[in-house]
Amino acid sequence: MQIVASNTTNSSAQDLSDKRNENPFLVIDNVSKVYPTRQGSFTVLENINLTVYEGEFVCVIGHSGCGKSTLLNMVAGFNKPTTGEIRLQNKLITKPGPDRMVVFQNYSLLPWLTAFDNVMLAVKNVYPQNSKAQNREIVKEHLEMVGLTAGANKKPNQLSGGMRQRVSIARALAIRPQVLILDEPFGALDILTREELQEELLKIWQEHQVTVLMITHDIDEAVLLSDRIVMMTNGPKATIGEILEVPFPRPRDRALIAEDPRYYGLRNQALDFLFNRFALSDDAY
Amino acid sequence: MTSNNLLKQSSPNVVFEWLQGQFKFIVPPVLALGSLLFIWQLLCGGETPPLPPPTKVVTEAWKFIVDPFFDNGGTDKGLGRHIFESLKRVGIGYSGSVVIGISLGILIGTNVLMYRAFDPIFQVLRTVPPLAWLPISSAVFESFKESEVLRMLGTDAVELSAVFVIFITSVWPVLMNTAVGVQQVPQDYRNVAKVLRLSRFEYFTKILVPSAAPYIFTGLRIAIGLSWLAIVAAEMLKGGVGIGFFIWDSYNSGKYSEMIVALFYVGIVGLLLDKVVFYISKFLVQTDS
Repeated sequence: MQIVASNTTNSSAQDLSDKRNENPFLVIDNVSKVYPTRQGSFTVLENINLTVYEGEFVCVIGHSGCGKSTLLNMVAGFNKPTTGEIRLQNKLITKPGPDRMVVFQNYSLLPWLTAFDNVMLAVKNVYPQNSKAQNREIVKEHLEMVGLTAGANKKPNQLSGGMRQRVSIARALAIRPQVLILDEPFGALDILTREELQEELLKIWQEHQVTVLMITHDIDEAVLLSDRIVMMTNGPKATIGEILEVPFPRPRDRALIAEDPRYYGLRNQALDFLFNRFALSDDAY
Repeated sequence: MTSNNLLKQSSPNVVFEWLQGQFKFIVPPVLALGSLLFIWQLLCGGETPPLPPPTKVVTEAWKFIVDPFFDNGGTDKGLGRHIFESLKRVGIGYSGSVVIGISLGILIGTNVLMYRAFDPIFQVLRTVPPLAWLPISSAVFESFKESEVLRMLGTDAVELSAVFVIFITSVWPVLMNTAVGVQQVPQDYRNVAKVLRLSRFEYFTKILVPSAAPYIFTGLRIAIGLSWLAIVAAEMLKGGVGIGFFIWDSYNSGKYSEMIVALFYVGIVGLLLDKVVFYISKFLVQTDS
């Protein structure tokens, strides 16, 4: 469907031009990942082709162990593809950098720094030319944005899980990444906090117009947030099975989407993909 | 008025309840100590006991119990003064352990090749007891006996060898724990450093050291105990002032009561040292969860 091979980008991107920038922003070009093991090489990912456009919100969904995280780690630069390449604005990705900031599932805040200092550490490194006051202003602004003014001087272990993830999101956005990578950011949160944070993320994304690549297990979350849902087949040798377009207009409202007849179509399509066509067989464990 | 009455009634109650609460922590150790002293009294109550019983210790060494800071010149000093001298030695030796242990620990912890090379050697050396280091230490420093440098530093070869024994006994736990702590920096924090492209200095101060701090402090706490344990060995040949030498000297001159009192002092100071390092680490270390 929208799997765009790099050499045919122009023609394939044409039909999307009504809502997207025509220039491919992030290109995953024929990527595979092979790990050598004692029993021989183990192929985690194969033939991954995906083009993400500027300002797009893309969710990646698939069963555990299908290599979603491996894929995002390669975009972040923690891993290198075995074959193929990943380019951001035509520049080859070779190592991690603040232009592709990651929000980790377990928050990854430094426990010995306050919420403020955690964000400050990032800001200070990315804007070394700024004055201290300027950077303090940036940190304050982003903590405010995620509703954490009161907890700014608390250490992470004094904050709830939802609050910690807010700090992590504030840290990521404060350095103005070109791509925001979220690895199951709300997986460890209770349902109420999760919904709250989903809505905040939507709002922030709309205001910042940042390009988002997000892993999730939650189909409803993917439908609510993303422009496209990338569904992965099971590993080993996982690849992109299908890409769903999510047509709902923005700004989106959870209740309105749930009433939209197309919502169930999308949901069923995703469920069918995950639980019928690519259901986990018992011997997968 | 009623509230005033309530306050007046409750304040003695509060004190009483607090005392009652503390009771269960005070009574058992007091009973245990009492019984141990009683058994000791029974065992050493004969005509010519190997050691003096508690009552005799108290009467014979009364001067040392009531006045820790008398000074009659020479080595005839209160135990407090002896302890103070020993603490100075331990302080110097332990400081050396902290500085060298942490530096070397970070070095071998961050460098796999260095770790593989030195870890087996350190594992062997750390099991060598302080008394075994003493002859080597003495032999080495004796050759510097006539050194002008030592005289200028206001120290001598015997003093240095004593400090060295304390150092070499206590450096290993600092070193090994720091190395492990540095190796255990969680991948998450390393990833944060990579994404933000932290400078080496910033990685060191903001991630590596704080992350390894709980391990380092565990090492420091073991080390303070060991360095105090080494004091008797270290001062055995030293002579002069110092609690270790005092114990050795009391034994040699048959003053067992003084020796036993000094032993109590050593135990209590050791406990205090341990507590000090414990509270410092509690104050400084911030762990996850």
